[in-house]
Amino acid sequence: MNKWIKIGLIVIPVVMLAACGTFGSKKQQGGGAPVQGGQTQPPESATTMPVAPGGGAEAVPLPGGGAQQEQTAPAGAPADLMAKRVVYFDLDSSSVHDEDRAIVQAHANYLAQHPAVKVTLEGHADERGSREYNIGLGERRAAAVKQMMALLGVSAQQISSVSYGEERPAATGHDESAWHLNRRVEIVYTAQ
Amino acid sequence: MNGLKVLFKKFPLIFCMLFLSHAAHAVLDIEITQGVVGAVPIAVVPFASGGAALPVDVAEVIAADLRRSGRFAPVARDDLIARPSEASQVNFRDWRLLKTDNLVIGKVAVQGAGYVVQFQLFDVFRGVQLSGYSIRSNADTLRRTAHQIADMIYETLTGEPGAFATRIAYITVTGAGAGKRRYSLEVADSDGYDPRPMLQSNQPLMSPAWSPDASRLAYVSFENNRPKIYIQDLRSGRRQLLTSFEGINGAPAWSPDGEKIALVLSKEGNPDIYVMDLASNQLHRLTDSLGIDTEPAWSPDGRSIIFTSDRGGTPQIYRMPVAGGRAERLTFEGSYNARASFAADGHTIAMVHGDNNRYQIAVLDMQNKSLQVLTDGRLDESPSFAPNGRMIIYATEEKMRGVLAAVSVDGRVKQRLSAREGDAREPAWAPVRQ
Repeated sequence: MNKWIKIGLIVIPVVMLAACGTFGSKKQQGGGAPVQGGQTQPPESATTMPVAPGGGAEAVPLPGGGAQQEQTAPAGAPADLMAKRVVYFDLDSSSVHDEDRAIVQAHANYLAQHPAVKVTLEGHADERGSREYNIGLGERRAAAVKQMMALLGVSAQQISSVSYGEERPAATGHDESAWHLNRRVEIVYTAQ
Repeated sequence: MNGLKVLFKKFPLIFCMLFLSHAAHAVLDIEITQGVVGAVPIAVVPFASGGAALPVDVAEVIAADLRRSGRFAPVARDDLIARPSEASQVNFRDWRLLKTDNLVIGKVAVQGAGYVVQFQLFDVFRGVQLSGYSIRSNADTLRRTAHQIADMIYETLTGEPGAFATRIAYITVTGAGAGKRRYSLEVADSDGYDPRPMLQSNQPLMSPAWSPDASRLAYVSFENNRPKIYIQDLRSGRRQLLTSFEGINGAPAWSPDGEKIALVLSKEGNPDIYVMDLASNQLHRLTDSLGIDTEPAWSPDGRSIIFTSDRGGTPQIYRMPVAGGRAERLTFEGSYNARASFAADGHTIAMVHGDNNRYQIAVLDMQNKSLQVLTDGRLDESPSFAPNGRMIIYATEEKMRGVLAAVSVDGRVKQRLSAREGDAREPAWAPVRQ
């Protein structure tokens, strides 16, 4: 234990300086280089698909997700629904749309059958209004999806949630076409 | 190597405070977008330096501050009819011809490793000195000295304290697209000069809040993909983790005595307001509603807290005693009122006011309960009072970019502060340093 603390003390300042030296360079990813693979839905249209937020340092490729999704869709899980990992919401609302319920259900069924698999539900809001209130809205949306999953038999230990509010928009415009893509919950698989 | 990777994952933030050269960083550009008709003319003569090259044009900083307030119209340098630096050189008759009400002269003398800055303010029509001081300074503090002189001139002429020698904190975001965004917590002078990064991250940074002595900032950082509240000392760059509970850790707000922080936690299921005592780390829960309770702000006397809650259906501003008790709703106009904060005198609160899908900055008079909308943007947010209560700095959107703007509490003066690149947001005006 002590050894690790010592190593930490020596290495951290080096990391800081190294990072400073290259700050601003495009190659520089900073610390937790965003993990991209596996979290993202296969894009259907590059311009409108929400992109999974970067950063999931602990994120792992999901069973039946990301690039390998087509080949490894778990038996019994509807691949097209499992491939969808984002559900959308109306303004100031945390009700899952009827057409998105099947998506939540497919993931819930899969999770219920695989108790070792874990997900993080990332709640998001559009940019309108105040930022901390939007954090609350994002959490409320994640909680709505979590509750649906729980009712479908997923254990609470399998689900964690985090709200990013408006801080990580999937689309960057300032109109309804961007806003509706940003009012969302992303289902991110973190352990299998 | 593997160890390094692990460390990168564990410590995704890069601390570059004070290491970066200032030139590498975007300076905020200030533009006055609306001034007051009838701003008072004032002549600020370039300060004499006896030939010494100075790092700061003191008179220029003073004139820019006064112009920025919207209440003064400094005479253009080319129009100055004389350049006196001593009272004996001033011919009031000349300045009266220029129809300038007030005159500022001064000089900077090199003394040892520093400077002595002297200024005098005259009433041109009465031909008398209104104010005059000699101030010790040095190359690093000369700009601040100029702001302090502008504060003294402003106070002498308006009877209200100035807020030029203050700073602002804000968040910038550069880089587009998920995973490529870089968030930076910056602190700059209130005129946008000398921005310095306090913290940089590839994960969101939010909600900077000043300690009452302006020495520390509390903020929310999503490093390791979880929101946590930190307190960072600005001088040393050292920081401490304040809260990292399950769920939301957000909206920190320092009590006026600096001993407590109000904050938002959702560890019990939904966002509620808590007060943490900083000496004991004891948490005291203030609200317990089924709705979202967030964005606490202290009254200047430290006895009550105003906050945003949607317990009644839409987000509105409520007030409750810190000692506990019933929450009283304060806002009734508009479908959306959020992120309120008090002016230092406690008579006014500023907030984000949403109506007909437009979000603007409004002030509510706490006595007669009248609401006045001050801005005309579509996505205005994060209002923060200047310590003298005269201006409100806020964030808005312009040409697809996030920029900072300021408006006077009477809505008559407007300024815009834009970063040279990326988005700027969540400005927090620092209290006057003690």
